[in-house]
Amino acid sequence: MTGRVLVGVKRVIDYAVKIRVKPDHSGVVTDGVKHSMNPFCEIAVEEAVKLKEKKLIKEVVAISCGPQQVQETIRTALAMGADRGIHVEVSGKDYENLGPLQVSKILAALAKKEEASLVILGKQAIDDDCNQTGQMTAALLDWPQGTFASEVAVEGDKVKIVREIDGGLETIKVNMPAVVTADLRLNTPRYATLPNIMKAKKKKIANVKPQDLGVDLTSRVEVVRVDEPPQRQAGMKVETVDDLVGKLKEAGRI
Amino acid sequence: MTHVLLGHSRRLYQVNPFTSILTQCCKSKKDYSVKSGAQSGVLERVVSAFRSVCGDDGVSLGLAVREQHGRDESVHKCRPPDIVVFPRCVEEVSALAKICHHHRLPIIPFGTGTGLEGGVGAMKGGVCFSLRKMDRVLDLHPEDFDVTVEPGVTRKALNSYLRDTGLWFPVDPGADASLCGMAATSASGTNAVRYGTMRENVLNLEVVLADGTVIHTAGKGRRPRKTSAGYNLTNLFVGSEGTLGILTKATLRLYGIPESMVSAVCSFPSVQAAVDSTVQVLQCGVPIARIEFLDDVMIDACNRFNSLSYPVSPTLFLEFHGSERSLEEQVAITEEITKENGGSDFAWAQDEETRGRLWKARHDAWYAALALRPGSKAYSTDVCVPLSRLPQIIVETKEDLVRNKLTGPIAGHVGDGNFHCLMVMDPNDPEEVERVHQFTERLARRALAMDGTCTGEHGIGLGKRALLREEVGPLAVEVMQGLKATLDPKNLMNPGKVL
Repeated sequence: MTGRVLVGVKRVIDYAVKIRVKPDHSGVVTDGVKHSMNPFCEIAVEEAVKLKEKKLIKEVVAISCGPQQVQETIRTALAMGADRGIHVEVSGKDYENLGPLQVSKILAALAKKEEASLVILGKQAIDDDCNQTGQMTAALLDWPQGTFASEVAVEGDKVKIVREIDGGLETIKVNMPAVVTADLRLNTPRYATLPNIMKAKKKKIANVKPQDLGVDLTSRVEVVRVDEPPQRQAGMKVETVDDLVGKLKEAGRI
Repeated sequence: MTHVLLGHSRRLYQVNPFTSILTQCCKSKKDYSVKSGAQSGVLERVVSAFRSVCGDDGVSLGLAVREQHGRDESVHKCRPPDIVVFPRCVEEVSALAKICHHHRLPIIPFGTGTGLEGGVGAMKGGVCFSLRKMDRVLDLHPEDFDVTVEPGVTRKALNSYLRDTGLWFPVDPGADASLCGMAATSASGTNAVRYGTMRENVLNLEVVLADGTVIHTAGKGRRPRKTSAGYNLTNLFVGSEGTLGILTKATLRLYGIPESMVSAVCSFPSVQAAVDSTVQVLQCGVPIARIEFLDDVMIDACNRFNSLSYPVSPTLFLEFHGSERSLEEQVAITEEITKENGGSDFAWAQDEETRGRLWKARHDAWYAALALRPGSKAYSTDVCVPLSRLPQIIVETKEDLVRNKLTGPIAGHVGDGNFHCLMVMDPNDPEEVERVHQFTERLARRALAMDGTCTGEHGIGLGKRALLREEVGPLAVEVMQGLKATLDPKNLMNPGKVL
């Protein structure tokens, strides 16, 4: 085992921003809007760094796919404790159409190239809520997967993962190499401290093109239209039960 | 009619009869529409003028909304305003203020309503300016360590926004308060001993005055780290508690998030030993970030609340910030000092989880105090004295508590000489409420007698105006009244507070 962990980090619109749909309904407004690392990716980075601090793994590599700006996101991961970064260059229309299928192909190719022992991802991104990349990556690699992890324990060449499922918690043990996706309760990510941000500037980020990994970026999905959720209508107040019944009848509800 | 004397000019301000009619109109029953009638023709004009400024959904007459905006987290009664407005930018604030100024309506600025001194109660009715829609972080300059925020931005929201930059705003009062509200009350937090209070960390303010004039206290857009240009208007408004103007932007000083943190806990045989240790740690030049004191009653409450087993005696909670190597040194020096003063059970931790557990007792102090008597309410005192007087005032205060059979566990920012008695009382027992009130007056006067202040961080608000006069003296109060009369001659800005 190389003891190398790959962590995928996605640059998304910051969770605190009020999202607005573009007037042409082709997507959401991203120009001039604050972006930051997807919160579940932060949790993934934190878990990887914790494993390194416990000396259970040797190296953390942060990966992001996108245009020049995603380097900021990789730098944040480096400031949190990742050792080096890989920037997979995707821009323009390719970036607009980039989805879990292409990203999982890229991650699978890199996992093989880097001989990773673990790939840790956020369970989903807060912009598309797909929750697919981790699962697809594991399938492409034919590796075991532990998704929605709220606890991860490396035990020799196996990983024990506690998963958050509808019925409660499920504990599984898988062989490494494996794919893990991080859920909310896995950990509380550290803030990147200023001294660490300064130190991170010296860490290396390699540039890679998807073609070099043999990945075809064609999308099988086309976004037809984006709409805001319907505006909440004001309620109406009535004085008596009879009024209530009358209004419900008027509205054809009873 | 109520009359308020205004210093120099000795004018009598009478309650505006128009305002009392507004109050009557809106208080009589739950009515969400504007009433018709001769007098409320004026009311309609004002409300429709407000609506044309900040939109239909920017004005509320609903009783629930008004009650929400008439109370904070203090024990003071709810005093709802007549109207609540929700401006979206400084231009709207200015336009609304002009309307209020023309009609002589009181103006009460409202941030998060988390104050502890009744500062938002509309004592004479009027218009509450809820600033929560103005929630943008503007102009962040990481290399210059400064950022400008609107009043709807809270301290936690700002620190979340800054998390990618490695910077933070360290002033941390208990609540997740509006930063401009913190500026208005000159708030402070648990790490003032190292990072200062709002007074030291506000570089510039944009203020809307009672007549709608917009000023920038240090000049528009200016943010030098220091200046000696003219009168210090910025710090005039810091701590003015909404009585001189509405703060619509604050430029704040930021700090780098420290590389590493270590937390420690230590028990002492006496209050004196704990305070002596504090003084010596500061004298040795240890740049300690947090040094919090809990007395034996508080520790006991925390033990019960969190099922902990700290020794039931005066305890210090400490936190150190810095690089790995400097932390080693800081902790070593501090441990030695505590030992020399009879301290025991010195425990420390560096990883976040253990640190959190160590400090949980201090974080939950408020709830632990309330849990001592279920169904009770708590009021926090806030005196601050020079460090050397701290042991004496705490000892005398504890004797006072016992003598008068009051529940008042003590928690304090001992590095600043500031401590809080969390007075736990039955709000429905007027006799106990009165005893607590008398106790807090005695405590404030005890602090004043020791060259201290009646309020280290909560502000004067509604309940400490008489104490302010005792503290700064009648001449200084006259100067304050003169400033108030100059900036707000009609006494519209948050009347009934501070002076």
